[in-house]
Amino acid sequence: MTGTAPAGVQSDAHLSRFTAFLKERKEREPAWLRRLREEGMARFAERGYPTSRDEEWKSTSVAPLARTSFGPAPELAPADAPRSGAAPVFALDDQDAIRLVFVNGRFQPGLSRQDRLPEGVTLSSLAAVLANEPGVLEDILDDSMRPAGHVFAALNDAFLEDGAFLSIPEGKVVEAPIHLVHLTRAGGGPAVVHPRTVIRAGKGSQATVTELHAGDGTEPVLTNAVTQICLADGAVLSHTKVVEEADGAFHVGFMPVRQGRESNFSSVSLTLGGGLVRLDPHVLLEGEGAECTLDGLYMAGGRRHVDNHTVVDHLRPRTGSRQLYKGILDGASRGVFYGRVLVRPDAQKINANQTNKNLILSGEALASSTPQLEIHADDVQCRHGSTFGQLDDDMLFYLRSRGISRDAARSVLTYAFASEILARVRVPGLRHALERRLFPEAAA
Amino acid sequence: MLSIKNLHARAGDNEILRGIDLEVKGGEVHAIMGPNGSGKSTLAHVLAGREAFEVTSGRILYQGKDLLAMSPEERAWAGLFLAFQYPVEIPGVSNMYFLRTALNALRKSRGQEEMDAMDFLALVKEKSKVVHMDRELLNRPVNEGFSGGEKKRNEIFQMAVLDPTLAVLDETDSGLDIDALRVVAEGVNALRGKDRAIILVTHYQRLLEYIVPDHVHVLSGGRIVKSGGKELALELEKKGYAWIDEEARRALTVGS
Repeated sequence: MTGTAPAGVQSDAHLSRFTAFLKERKEREPAWLRRLREEGMARFAERGYPTSRDEEWKSTSVAPLARTSFGPAPELAPADAPRSGAAPVFALDDQDAIRLVFVNGRFQPGLSRQDRLPEGVTLSSLAAVLANEPGVLEDILDDSMRPAGHVFAALNDAFLEDGAFLSIPEGKVVEAPIHLVHLTRAGGGPAVVHPRTVIRAGKGSQATVTELHAGDGTEPVLTNAVTQICLADGAVLSHTKVVEEADGAFHVGFMPVRQGRESNFSSVSLTLGGGLVRLDPHVLLEGEGAECTLDGLYMAGGRRHVDNHTVVDHLRPRTGSRQLYKGILDGASRGVFYGRVLVRPDAQKINANQTNKNLILSGEALASSTPQLEIHADDVQCRHGSTFGQLDDDMLFYLRSRGISRDAARSVLTYAFASEILARVRVPGLRHALERRLFPEAAA
Repeated sequence: MLSIKNLHARAGDNEILRGIDLEVKGGEVHAIMGPNGSGKSTLAHVLAGREAFEVTSGRILYQGKDLLAMSPEERAWAGLFLAFQYPVEIPGVSNMYFLRTALNALRKSRGQEEMDAMDFLALVKEKSKVVHMDRELLNRPVNEGFSGGEKKRNEIFQMAVLDPTLAVLDETDSGLDIDALRVVAEGVNALRGKDRAIILVTHYQRLLEYIVPDHVHVLSGGRIVKSGGKELALELEKKGYAWIDEEARRALTVGS
């Protein structure tokens, strides 16, 4: 059996849709974009959806997704946009922020707010850039960071239409947080969106960006997101991604990051909703002294499945990376952490730390953890480890003996486990909104 | 207030309590003494509702209610407090937050309104003075990185804030220097009153110099083998526990 066989019927659905999609755009899109789409589609057609035979996907079955035939997401009037998820609800009301809002993958100027955007900073819908000055994106959209096995990123290449384009010029500090809010709801059948976010942080610039995904409704939505980030020398970027999709939704997020000299990238991902969620941050530390921090919290119950698949590639000396992922698994949920740290030959004086901790709240929940170090240099300091545990009986009894009910005590202890990551969310209002949603008893 | 009748309890296959009888009235302070392994701590934990111990027979009435039918939190709501011999460290939960949550849970169970932040701070300020509790410790995670003495002090501080009707102190004196011991004793003495009762579980007589008990009981082999007034504690101090064990063994032989 070869890798092409499992592509199956639903992959064909993407293919046949692609032909019509491309035809529609033929007149107005430049040749390079058409080529990007065709190459993306070809890569997807060649491999089809991943199976358990793919090393990168062996712990996460996309079968439920592969069985579903997704059509384009319907247009929704801004007034009908879902108002779900603590993070988007916060962002839509945040008076201090800059925000772009997308409903079913389409930019909604009426819900967005850009008046606090500092001069010189570009923030606009990707669709607008593609329509008005596509040349700006020609060398950006195809950054060639496409792991062969990640066919979802290839699909995003093929179908990308809208998303956010953020470009911060050299030395600029954007004080206000920038929220990118994505809301989805299918209608008349399963729907797919392919949001693309492009962030270019110029030399020495600074910004805080949140990417918030939520949806409602009973019909499945596939959000196939690609967030490509580039930090020039000395840039500092904080990125928080919150996934609060509906129970039946699928979310696949690929996040390629390139970092220049002495740049600093910190990422916090919070996976709090969605039936099947897979996140792939992929960081290239290309400049000497570049540092990244990848933190994650995933909470799942029911039959939900969450997979965090990180890659940090130390290409240059004196680069550093720290990762802390925490999973809280209840019901019959599954949590997967796979983290790969690569240290290239001659990349000396490296500091890399990778930790995955799991709190298992039910007998049926399962966590798997595969931290991996591949070191090809000798002067390095690397550590990795994983832990699995349950709520501590002594702590529970101590709290209950003081009058805190069993459920509240469990909530307090779960919050204590999660708070280490929640505390790293840089936007205080967002952090509080999430704490109130997740731990109404503990975070009062 | 508390009536324990023929209490048997075990941990796994190991029977630890083998027929405890004890009557505690409002206003009284009882000291329960005994050698290591006699079942003192087990008794304290059974009173608080620790599930690791299984009560195989006997009953406990607390304020006329079946204590053994109540969950640990229900016992706390009814005014029972256990000061732990080994207070538990809870990383990630601040002492203040923990105590406020506990206090409000108690208030809620009694139909009282939750205490607001200002009133709570005032209460904490007042009570922390009683036990000379370092304010800095209040904002740290519960017991994390506390010294042994600080942990014990924190137990007494919690007791002062939660204001129990029946306080059970499980070897709160062990490992304390004389200053800390005085602080603990002050905290306990401040709690004494005609509607409250205190059970002091201790190995040493030392604490009883500062907290004078009304009754002293000696536990050995899972039973109370001797009861008396405060002078019994002095006798134990002088003669050790060996004579009690000897006496108990003889009594047992005669009895069977």
